[in-house]
Amino acid sequence: MSYDTLTLIWFILLGVLLCGYAILDGFDLGVGILHPFIAKTNRERRLVMNSIGPLWDGNEVWLVTFGGALFAAFPVAYATVFSSFYTAFFLLLTCLIGRAVSLEFRSKVHSDAWRKLWDGGFFLSSFSAAALLGVAGGNVMAGMELGAKYHYQGSLLGQIYWYPLLVGALTVSLFAVHGAIYLYLKTEDELQARVRKAITPLFLAFAGLYIVVTIATWWHVPHATENISNYPILWIVPALNALAVLNIPRAMKLGKPAYAFFTSSMVILALASLFSVAIFPNFMLSTIDPEFNVTLYNARSSAKTLQTMLIIAGIGMPCVLSYTVIIYWIFRGKVKLDSHSY
Amino acid sequence: MDVELLSRLQFAGTIMFHYLFPPLSIGLGLQLFLCELSYVRTKDPAWEAAARFWTRVFAVNFALGVSTGLVMEFEFGTNWAAYSRFVGDVFGSALAAEGIFAFFLESGFLAVLVFGWDRVGPKMHLFSTMMVFLGSVFSAVWIVVANSWQQTPAGYKIVWHDVQGEMMPCAEVTDFWAMVLNPSSVDRLTHTVIGAFVLGAFFVASVCTFYLLKKRHQEVARRCLSIALPSALLFTGLAAVTGHDSAQKLIDTQPAKLAAIEAHFHTTDEPTGLYLFGWPDTENETVHFGVQVPNLLSWMVYGDHTKPVPAMDQIPVDERPPIWLPFQTFHLMVASGTLMIAVAILGCWSWYRKSYENRRWLMWLVVLMPLAAMTANQAGWVTAEVGRQPWVVYPSVQDGVQMMGMRTADGLSESVTAQQVLSSIILFGVIYSLLFAIWVFVLNNKIQHGPETVEELAEHKRSLLKESLSEAISHGGTSHGSMMDDEGTR
Repeated sequence: MSYDTLTLIWFILLGVLLCGYAILDGFDLGVGILHPFIAKTNRERRLVMNSIGPLWDGNEVWLVTFGGALFAAFPVAYATVFSSFYTAFFLLLTCLIGRAVSLEFRSKVHSDAWRKLWDGGFFLSSFSAAALLGVAGGNVMAGMELGAKYHYQGSLLGQIYWYPLLVGALTVSLFAVHGAIYLYLKTEDELQARVRKAITPLFLAFAGLYIVVTIATWWHVPHATENISNYPILWIVPALNALAVLNIPRAMKLGKPAYAFFTSSMVILALASLFSVAIFPNFMLSTIDPEFNVTLYNARSSAKTLQTMLIIAGIGMPCVLSYTVIIYWIFRGKVKLDSHSY
Repeated sequence: MDVELLSRLQFAGTIMFHYLFPPLSIGLGLQLFLCELSYVRTKDPAWEAAARFWTRVFAVNFALGVSTGLVMEFEFGTNWAAYSRFVGDVFGSALAAEGIFAFFLESGFLAVLVFGWDRVGPKMHLFSTMMVFLGSVFSAVWIVVANSWQQTPAGYKIVWHDVQGEMMPCAEVTDFWAMVLNPSSVDRLTHTVIGAFVLGAFFVASVCTFYLLKKRHQEVARRCLSIALPSALLFTGLAAVTGHDSAQKLIDTQPAKLAAIEAHFHTTDEPTGLYLFGWPDTENETVHFGVQVPNLLSWMVYGDHTKPVPAMDQIPVDERPPIWLPFQTFHLMVASGTLMIAVAILGCWSWYRKSYENRRWLMWLVVLMPLAAMTANQAGWVTAEVGRQPWVVYPSVQDGVQMMGMRTADGLSESVTAQQVLSSIILFGVIYSLLFAIWVFVLNNKIQHGPETVEELAEHKRSLLKESLSEAISHGGTSHGSMMDDEGTR
């Protein structure tokens, strides 16, 4: 296999890992965002948390593995992205730790104040994690002040302006819709009815933001459409995006929530593909000089490492997928509370 | 303060905090697996109560291990970007392998381990426990491999890349297995994992002995002790053997580290002694208050008590590690280890003679042993990491060729400022202090609560049965027993 083919395969595999993360952790972050608005009683709050109880930890591993794989396959991209987003990533870590701790410790002490504290922590960390991921994505999309030899010359404040914030809002709304559909699948009765009522306004907010971000990208990030105009076949990606988005209300109207959940997963997949098509063949665009872009070709590992890693992934991924399926199968069905719940 | 010092402090702080949890997860995982295996074989409900109890303790610890571990993975990129670009080809693949082979296994089956007690059968549950335990060991394998490669690099070459007009070096893998099985991997891995097993064994022994002292949960406590005490004896012994092997290798791979941990300043023709303790003074190149056993270091290193060991004066001045810290942490590790061996021998002997529960002083000693085990684990890491300074990647000799290393100072992120690092240290200082307090608090809560009694467990199973029956009758209506509205006992 040629070096360039290997490089492309690894770019796609990283995309798969990132999509896996966004689809899986997306719904549990969404559940966290909805938690204070959907659940009224203590029992409902526990039900909502336990709907993701056995799964969120495994979902987060997709991010860890994405980080490791990026480190191995494109070390220069890993080093540059992570050091450029220094403060943002430390805040993201804070959120992820906060979430783990909130879920884990909420039910450990019988006190209302204790529970309220962790309920707040669960919402705040889920919301901020989703927003930070979106803001980082928006910055990568628009390009950053990357100087010569991968030295990032901007600041944290330079990363917070209207465009990344819009992408952050889009991410929050997308995960909220995705999480709401998941909750609808996992709950019953009154709680389920409340979730059902929330899905439509959440979807409308998402669809509105989707249109706004699309227009904003056209205007603010001119290079985003370059690949599509050079290869018209790629028009299929935005077309599939639109179809997937519109299919969510359709599936809900048909009364097929599982199909709707599948559709919202496809929306995430389609958006991620659109994102990859827009930035390819770069990982990070320099707004100072295109010479300084971090690309697939100046960021990659040696052919030998890419090959070894492909063997590792070839052995590992089927195992990962098979036990992911087993775990989701064991915990299928409506969420119930028992002595092992949070 | 400069970025290098701050970044090093940050890395040291976050990794030492992280390292409170994984050894306990690995060690407790083994004890948990053995308890559950006994349950599946004997069907004795006391074993089941034990396994359920250790699962809850395990889960609290595991969650913290995972979330603080995520920080470590990010830090290579955020604080050590130049290092990451230099070694990504090698180090990154070990990290990615950890993600694919270990993390998914652990986190997936952790769900069954923690939430699956009433959902899957005992055999499937035992299998999940084994998978979580194996996952945590695999995790250790890849992390120790990655770390060992930095200490004793192998299976790579240095390639120069043209980056916008400047030539930059980059380590590239030439032989994957030589990289994985580098000269120190196996010794360091066995020593690290055994260190974790020691901690797990003493942790279980400590909690159970505490129950015996307080006359609570005695049935479960005695069962667990019958596993924990012999494993403590076995693993403390093995830790001494593997530790000796690791130290012996240093003379070939990292002579500066060996000289540092023994505060061996001057090379002479005389055989070299071994300090039992002391206060090294780097400025005057001497050891105050030192008590030394003559010839012992020569004998330990070469198996020949007359052969002198080369000292720090053989190392160029700008390549010498700090001496005081590795000396003290190394001796602290050895002293804790010796103490633990003694306690394990006494404990097992008294257990065998059925006099364990009459020796309250020994029981209190066992209760305190997890502190010694934790100290030894932490001190070992500090010795290994400080002892290799000023190098982040050690300059090794391969086939007689001197390979290029990387100094810690050259591994930093260029774009990160001291202020950024300082604010992240403060942020994480606050978060980690809180986490530590909560961890101790919750762990104490769990231990005070203790395992369920055999009667409670039987009652729990009856209520489950009743519920599934009523559910079958009402076709999945919303039945939830009275206990369902209580807070969970996890």
